[in-house]
Amino acid sequence: MRAFFSYMTEQRLNTLKEKLSNYNLQYTDVNGTPSITIPNENLLDVCNVLKNDLQFDQCRDAVGVDRFTKKNRFEIIYNLYSIPFKERLFIRVEIDGKNPESQSLTSVWASTNWYEREAYDMVGIKFTGHPDLRRVYMPEDYEYFPLRKDFPLMGIEGSIPLPNK
Amino acid sequence: MSHTIYKDLQDEKKDIKKTQILQALESEDLSATFDDALDNEMVLNMGPQHPATHGVLRLLLSLDGETVKKCVPELGYLHRGYEKLAEASTYHEFIPHTDRLDYLQPMANNVAYAQAVEKLIHLEIPERGKYIRTLIAELARIQSHLLAFGAMVMDIGALTPFLWAIREREKILDLYDLICGARFTTSYTRIGGVAQDITDQALKGTRKFIDEFSGYLQECRDLVERNKIFINRTEGIGYMSKEDIISYGITGPTLRAAGVESDVRRDNPYLVYDQLDFRIPTYPDSDCLARYYVRVEEMVESTKIVKQCLDKIPQGPYNAYSTKKVLPKKERIYTKMEELIHDFMIINFGPNPPKGESYSAVEASKGELGFYFISDGSGHPFRTKIRAPSFCNLQALPVMMKDCMIADTVVIIGGVDPVMGEADK
Repeated sequence: MRAFFSYMTEQRLNTLKEKLSNYNLQYTDVNGTPSITIPNENLLDVCNVLKNDLQFDQCRDAVGVDRFTKKNRFEIIYNLYSIPFKERLFIRVEIDGKNPESQSLTSVWASTNWYEREAYDMVGIKFTGHPDLRRVYMPEDYEYFPLRKDFPLMGIEGSIPLPNK
Repeated sequence: MSHTIYKDLQDEKKDIKKTQILQALESEDLSATFDDALDNEMVLNMGPQHPATHGVLRLLLSLDGETVKKCVPELGYLHRGYEKLAEASTYHEFIPHTDRLDYLQPMANNVAYAQAVEKLIHLEIPERGKYIRTLIAELARIQSHLLAFGAMVMDIGALTPFLWAIREREKILDLYDLICGARFTTSYTRIGGVAQDITDQALKGTRKFIDEFSGYLQECRDLVERNKIFINRTEGIGYMSKEDIISYGITGPTLRAAGVESDVRRDNPYLVYDQLDFRIPTYPDSDCLARYYVRVEEMVESTKIVKQCLDKIPQGPYNAYSTKKVLPKKERIYTKMEELIHDFMIINFGPNPPKGESYSAVEASKGELGFYFISDGSGHPFRTKIRAPSFCNLQALPVMMKDCMIADTVVIIGGVDPVMGEADK
């Protein structure tokens, strides 16, 4: 099958692995695009290397996921793009379910500001060091996180006050 | 929704001593004079019901006289929870919802979604299907850019180009009627191809439209491009440095107007874009005028692409052959047992993709439109993430609006060209 995306070249992937050899990373593959799982404590260091040395200059999206598992219930997947090399890379951080907290990447890529707000709004992951962690879509006094798997599709009655008839 | 912002802004003001204007308002001396009449900051609420905000975008502007000091965009007025709905519906069921994402170019959303699902289930579609998709995606780009062009110029005060652009856009909607039977909410693509073959009549109509379109577009351009008011209102307005544009994750015409040649069609070719000849217009200025020129020239490039598609479109099947994944033709469902069973299974349980994750993106008119799927092996996606270009591009508004005049805010919004259906999901 013809690739929808150009794969990262072998050589680039090797440089990437070499530069990041100090850290304990897991390399996986998202249907043709490389993906790295980063431990929470090394997140900022790895991201700085990715941005400054490997020229992943854009963060184009962040996906907050509720895996609904006992261990590491939440996950956030950042979608990085390198404009000069025309390559995509996913980095993912696994987050504990009891106290979902992750480091904010706003100091590295400014665009993560709203992506992280969205992930907080929808899945309820808190980002430490985020300058303005408010909800994006839902009202500010809303108590629930709609994209969690234990949130019913029909919504929760009374959670949003409706105007009186 | 944003009480805290109001409070923040008001708390800041508490520290400032009562301004002269307030003192004068409270005093009974009617002939009061001020040293500085504009020495007063106010918060202006623009939207969500404002004619020039392209839908339900709300901006909180902190003003010093007529200068914008701070801008806070507020979203969520059109939030319908599509990502949650996607988890509850099969892959096929979600196609009509994609029409409502970026409602100015439903065809491009259909293409993006179908392509993302096909990548997840490892399905290759036949050549004719690819050409049809390229054709409609480019028509959608023209359709969206025409409205962006018209609305931006109308916000500046020129009404005629808007009417002319809408007239051309209407013809594209008529073409959609010929191609798929609906003008607005098309839902044309299916997983593995398209809903029905494109007819010769539709191809003929498209060729006629494309042949005439270049002339009409030039007429519209002649109205604005040498107009001094238009140039003064857009040149240097909404400037954002190239580094900021990249760092804020901006894609699409706004990124290319900053001199970065980045386009998914060229960087990671999908469909048949690698076999077509087209140019990626870029401008180095990164202001509203540059964004205008990028959009207009993209329309010219799109007409070229459509022409090439019309010349090259091959005969043959338009849907992939895969009994368990692609919906069979209706006439066969009614007459053949096997097809009836497959149709039932696909409609009720979906084309079960393998366990795993997948991301696929296309270049929509606003930027990179992508879908990230997480599949658990069942007919429903475990998680669907829509990478909506408008949502990401709106982040740039506070930077672009810093220290601009209040009349320029509508021009800047027109330059970024957000669509709230997509930004709010």
